[in-house]
Amino acid sequence: MKAVTRIHSRTAVLADENIDTDRIIPARFLTTTERAGLGKLCFNDWRYLPDGSDNPAFPLNQPQAKGCAILVAGRNFGCGSSREHAPWALLDFGIQAVLCSEIADIFRNNALKNGLLAIVVSDAEHRWLLDHPGTELSIDVEGQYIALPDGGRIPFQLEPFARHCLLNGVDQLGYLLQHDDAIAHYEQHLEQAA
Amino acid sequence: MSARTLFEKLWDAHVVAPETADTPAILYIDLHLVHEVTSPQAFSELRERGLKLRRPDRALATLDHSTPTLPANDKGERPYANEEAKAQVAQLEANCREFGVELHGWDSSERGIVHVIGPELGATQPGMTIVCGDSHTSTHGAFGALAFGIGTTEVGHVMATQCLLQRKPKTLAIHVDGQLPKGIGAKDLILHIIGEIGVDGGTGHVIEYRGEAIEALSMDERMTVCNMSIEAGARAGLIAPDDTTFAWLKGRPRVPQGAAWDAAVAKWRALRTDAGASYDREVRIDASKVKPTVTYGTHPGMAIAMDAPVPAARSAQETRALDYMRAQPGKPMQGTPVDVVFIGSCTNSRLSDLREAAAILRGRRIAEGVRMLVVPGSEAVRRDAEREGLHQVFTAAGAEWRVPGCSMCIAMNGDLAQPGQLVVSTSNRNFEGRQGKGARTVLASPATAAASALAGSIADPREYVNEAAAA
Ligand code: SF4
Repeated sequence: MKAVTRIHSRTAVLADENIDTDRIIPARFLTTTERAGLGKLCFNDWRYLPDGSDNPAFPLNQPQAKGCAILVAGRNFGCGSSREHAPWALLDFGIQAVLCSEIADIFRNNALKNGLLAIVVSDAEHRWLLDHPGTELSIDVEGQYIALPDGGRIPFQLEPFARHCLLNGVDQLGYLLQHDDAIAHYEQHLEQAA
Repeated sequence: MSARTLFEKLWDAHVVAPETADTPAILYIDLHLVHEVTSPQAFSELRERGLKLRRPDRALATLDHSTPTLPANDKGERPYANEEAKAQVAQLEANCREFGVELHGWDSSERGIVHVIGPELGATQPGMTIVCGDSHTSTHGAFGALAFGIGTTEVGHVMATQCLLQRKPKTLAIHVDGQLPKGIGAKDLILHIIGEIGVDGGTGHVIEYRGEAIEALSMDERMTVCNMSIEAGARAGLIAPDDTTFAWLKGRPRVPQGAAWDAAVAKWRALRTDAGASYDREVRIDASKVKPTVTYGTHPGMAIAMDAPVPAARSAQETRALDYMRAQPGKPMQGTPVDVVFIGSCTNSRLSDLREAAAILRGRRIAEGVRMLVVPGSEAVRRDAEREGLHQVFTAAGAEWRVPGCSMCIAMNGDLAQPGQLVVSTSNRNFEGRQGKGARTVLASPATAAASALAGSIADPREYVNEAAAA
């Protein structure tokens, strides 16, 4: 994983609550055996009209949302399936951070493992961010705060290990493999108990 | 040791390295279930790094999501939805050969939906940790196993190390007091529970279902309840194993036999929450209040009794959901015209589910213009159902009887509904487009699905049962 220390961007807003993984990437696209190239399918059934042209009603199709790397989404973003295709698609689409008052567990886990910042903010801050699309934000992973244009700061918490991995580009599988002895020890104990 | 919950006992028994302020726990995984959709990128990662599976003996693979449910033609060709689906299946076959993973593929008489075959084979056992790249892994919690869904990166972690990095989740006890009324089943109960606690009511938690009504459930019903834990946002659902569990598992291919079985049962009996142990949260549900329950919106938390008026939208999202469903506030869902009925999925595709539907369909015809698909959860379920003649009940009623698979639960194998069609479905997700672009899903029990197929509109199954009994 590439290190992620700071993200600077305007925000785009998808205010709907409970945006599920089928809306992020519909199941019929899960026949892929690759990780790459899913950005064009991100939000597919919401983003395009039946003739394949852009749906003007989809907020991220608005000119002011183009190029935004920070997505402010309604409560309980990413609920539903465990498909990692959801963060892969978002990242490939250009989203680097999702801000929300509550994020579904498996999605958040998957996102952080891929360097997509999934950040939970308080209800009041969430409300404000939803009401102010296009705000220029700077997310500091080290300091765990979001800097607002007026100098204000929104603090947030990341699970310490996830933060450490983001900042240092740590490969979690590599970390686990280092614990081979402990795992072997556990397995031995299992066999004895059986 | 102080009093512990069932969850804590399962967790403690699998800690390879405890969590600290800076690092999550390393948790050992006893059983890794694998299917074609969420595994290819993990196998590729292993190959790129030159890694092997640490414990191929603890992995079990099957084909279910992308597989057609119509049989092969005379030349043995299967009607895949597209070339990608076919390639995905071929890739799992090749990966399992290369990495030495046991695959229940096309030639296996045990193939089926991953969460149906794990228990059937007795691979799922009390006290285990079980994971799969699939959120409905929560199903296996019905056996008192800690079972949860993981992403593809974590699938790779388990393959290479048999471990996961995990923070300890919180616990939520759902006490279901009293007894379910006659004619009301596990699906009604779990839809009712999610309707009460909300689609995010379990986020960050492992749910333990307990109480009189839960103890009275069969294993199939317990699986239906635990299956949908994820629809309340919970990582896992748990039910303490008891005599019902042991009787169900006894003699299955992978459980211990003879004296080893008795020893295992003795150990499993300790898998209960101790008196005095505390949960982070507790909720009480009155089972006697549960009615035939259906969803009216576009997530499983939008669930109500079918005869209750659809509530008015309280937000822009709910307005959008009601518009999508063409549901009318103030009017009940009962009586809404139905286009398609789907009986299947890891929630409700076991033998008892098929029996429940067949009891209502027997000797009757489904309504003109309704399409009905019945898809057994596994080859074993299919065999058992055919032995009882259930397939004939379905086909005589006008339904299609298919080969096992996920089918219209996720609609990625070509089984799907058309835009605007209303599907009464025994599956677990009613998200927009889940069963085909623009398709409208109403989640329901097998009995409700069958009754709705007969009526051509959402119908109360109790009316049909009584009629059958009277006739
Ligand atoms: S039946 Fe549906 S929910 Fe179950 S594993 Fe298959 S796709 Fe997932």
